[in-house]
Amino acid sequence: MRYTLEMRNISKSFYGNQVLKNVNIAVAAGEVHGLVGENGAGKTTLMNILFGMPVIHSTGGFEGEILINNERVNIDSPRKAMEYGIGMVHQEFMLIPGFTVTENIKLNREITKDNLLSKVFGKSMRTLDFPAMRKEARQAISTIGMSIEELAVVAGLPVAHKQFVEIAREIDKKSLKILVLDEPTAVLSETEAERLLDTIRYLAGKGVAILFISHRLSEVLKVSDRITILRDGAVVDSKPSSSFTVSEIAEKMVGRKLENVVLPPRKKEPSDEDIIMSIRNLKVYMPGEMVKDFSIDVRRGEILGIGGLAGHGKLGVANGIAGMFPAEGQVYLEGKPYKLNDPSYALRNNVVYLSEDRRGVGLLLDESVEMNIAATAIEAFGQFIKKYLFMTVYDRRKIREHALEMIKKLDIRCKSPTQVVRRLSGGNQQKVCLARAFTLNPKILFVSEPTRGIDVGAKKLVLDHLVNMNREHGITIVMTSSELAELRSICDRIAIVAEGKLSAILSPKASDAEFGLAMAGELQEVLQHG
Amino acid sequence: MDRFLEWLKRVDIPTLIIFLFLIALFVLAAFTKVSIPSLLSDSIRRIGMNGVLVLAMVPTIRVGTGPNFGLPVGIIGGLLGALISMQLGLAGFTGFWVAILFAILICLGIGLGYGWLLERVRGQEMMVGTYMGYSVVAFMSIMWLMLPFKNPDMIWAIGGKGLRYTLALDKYFAHILNNFLKFKIGGFEFPTGLLLFFAGACFLVHLFFRTRTGLAIDLVGQNERYAISSGVNPNKARLIAVVLSNVLAGVGIIVYAQSYGFLQLYQAPLFMTFPAVASILIGGASIKRANIRNVIVGTAIFQTLLTIALPVLSQVTRGDITEVMRLIVSNGMILYALTRTPKEAR
Repeated sequence: MRYTLEMRNISKSFYGNQVLKNVNIAVAAGEVHGLVGENGAGKTTLMNILFGMPVIHSTGGFEGEILINNERVNIDSPRKAMEYGIGMVHQEFMLIPGFTVTENIKLNREITKDNLLSKVFGKSMRTLDFPAMRKEARQAISTIGMSIEELAVVAGLPVAHKQFVEIAREIDKKSLKILVLDEPTAVLSETEAERLLDTIRYLAGKGVAILFISHRLSEVLKVSDRITILRDGAVVDSKPSSSFTVSEIAEKMVGRKLENVVLPPRKKEPSDEDIIMSIRNLKVYMPGEMVKDFSIDVRRGEILGIGGLAGHGKLGVANGIAGMFPAEGQVYLEGKPYKLNDPSYALRNNVVYLSEDRRGVGLLLDESVEMNIAATAIEAFGQFIKKYLFMTVYDRRKIREHALEMIKKLDIRCKSPTQVVRRLSGGNQQKVCLARAFTLNPKILFVSEPTRGIDVGAKKLVLDHLVNMNREHGITIVMTSSELAELRSICDRIAIVAEGKLSAILSPKASDAEFGLAMAGELQEVLQHG
Repeated sequence: MDRFLEWLKRVDIPTLIIFLFLIALFVLAAFTKVSIPSLLSDSIRRIGMNGVLVLAMVPTIRVGTGPNFGLPVGIIGGLLGALISMQLGLAGFTGFWVAILFAILICLGIGLGYGWLLERVRGQEMMVGTYMGYSVVAFMSIMWLMLPFKNPDMIWAIGGKGLRYTLALDKYFAHILNNFLKFKIGGFEFPTGLLLFFAGACFLVHLFFRTRTGLAIDLVGQNERYAISSGVNPNKARLIAVVLSNVLAGVGIIVYAQSYGFLQLYQAPLFMTFPAVASILIGGASIKRANIRNVIVGTAIFQTLLTIALPVLSQVTRGDITEVMRLIVSNGMILYALTRTPKEAR
């Protein structure tokens, strides 16, 4: 059979962590091909490869081949991809905020007219033909069935409209053969999403091959002709969509039946009477993850999960408490008022935070393992220090001893405590972060996305360590994660954040439907404790 | 052999190239009539003389603001300290230590102001520092004429107003460190006091970077967000680093002057910056990372190169090529360091 796009045996690893293993995918002209998988299953990496993104080539390229219309192609830059007729609607908007809708749609493909200067100096001096551009932009927008003013400036548009402008831009490309939509419906309401699906069908009818990536399984099932399921970087199934049901897809995506891992018992179960931290009306100004009004009581000794969709503010909560982003609201730690916006106050009161941005905030990449573990404790508590002459300096011997103990305890795979952290794999880097947090002797540990970018084996280890810290040392843990399965496996309660507010507190045993509704902010009966 | 290769891998390539060049010069020197012992003692003297100024680069590099291109700012503080000591008519070790004391006090003040300014121009410290150096030197050129120094040794003989270009320190503290515990082996002279002072300064800075304050500076330089999450106030850490660098520059110029025997005012402070920056870079530092080893290795290589190149090359090429070479090496080195991309994910 003749395919518009074929990707054969694609493999890719980042820093020794394999994220794609022999992935095969083929899309025919006029076919809508659904691509589903959990966060971190490798969908985005696969699309980055298809689009020739620099991040792929700067990390050593990939293995396998890409064929377009049965011809082998070498896509080494996004520009090349565009020349082959590959269009992409991104998860994050790639629009210029200060330009109008028309300008954004026609960017770099402007319609031009000759003028005096251009006749002398060549094509780059030609005048833009605004009326013609406007007309074509108008046409592209109406194809999607939207009524967006084509001369409006993009910056002021609602999110959903921005998404449609992105799509209109791709539609407007006359040479478009393959269109990739990476979670296009994530920011859309139901009716808007419906309209988008219509557009997809219309485009497929015109012979465009479409790769549709989405977390909303029912949509994928509705619109796709064929569905490929990725799990942990490998294709687990690829069949016509008529042979799937939503629950089958979900099951194959997650792979492991959500078995209830038996967690070790506690001496004393956490209860509503013993509140370690109570958060009231927390607002956090974290760009992209704004928290608008969040209240919750954290019980002593529990593992509290915080979940929710990307961009709804789940990451903001921990960042706000730790003082990494400006925050306001009333927070009480063990009944006493807690000072926000002061990272050193947080540390002194044993409130420890492990950032979701491990490489950017959590680690000193060019520093040794032992220094990464000890530096914060030296700064915040003056641990590992000794008197030397008339100065107080840090004590390398004590640091080494402690580091060796931590390396053994957390099974950090490194050559020696002096190895530079940059050279470690993601899982081991995360273990270094955990060791650092543990050294700070936390009462409450806020940990965000602890398993992001880590391979499956290491994921389990990291989670086990968290459980261990909770059970054996009585550390209260607030874990933020976009992987629901992970939250459900170790948390006592899961708070779902939607649009910057607490939407619901659910038991890990609650049904998928309840979680889905809570994430959409539609679960009415908010089971708010306290 | 493997050990050697492993060690070789860690050495910076420019350091290696210049080091090999240096060896070549020594070999060449053996064939000419130049006396090697006197070359060596000259080199050693110049290492001690310039070392503290190079050391002043360490704090600002480690806090992440790059080499201190505003070195003249601190140097001015040092000059003022020395001038006050001379005005008081103090000689010998008293004069030297009083000069250092005043230099430190003045540099603390100047450093706070300079640090405040650099905080306003985050990310542009190297460029603003360079211009700051030029501005301060220009401003002080006026001040040298107006400041109320009255000591006849210091002011112009004719007119009796304003400080001279070059002030002889013979009657005050010239060579005071150089001559302390000095010994000679044949033609080779070893300025023990000078090197002891340099070693002491290095040791103190090394110790400082193992204190909590020093560690805070390191953390800010390596990852500001990590530092913040460790409870460090990055603005304060940067201020401390800049002040420390200024103080070292002030002390450094006094050490330089006592060894040279003259105090140079007016435009002279401008010509101290680039060699100092180049020295630490040759020693294997980058504009983000530096340690004491880089200071010592860099100063040794750079100063030895300059000392040896003059007599040796002038015999070979018939002409003074030292100045040209100094410019090529120091400016080339700075250019190289600035264009070097950070080593990501190797």
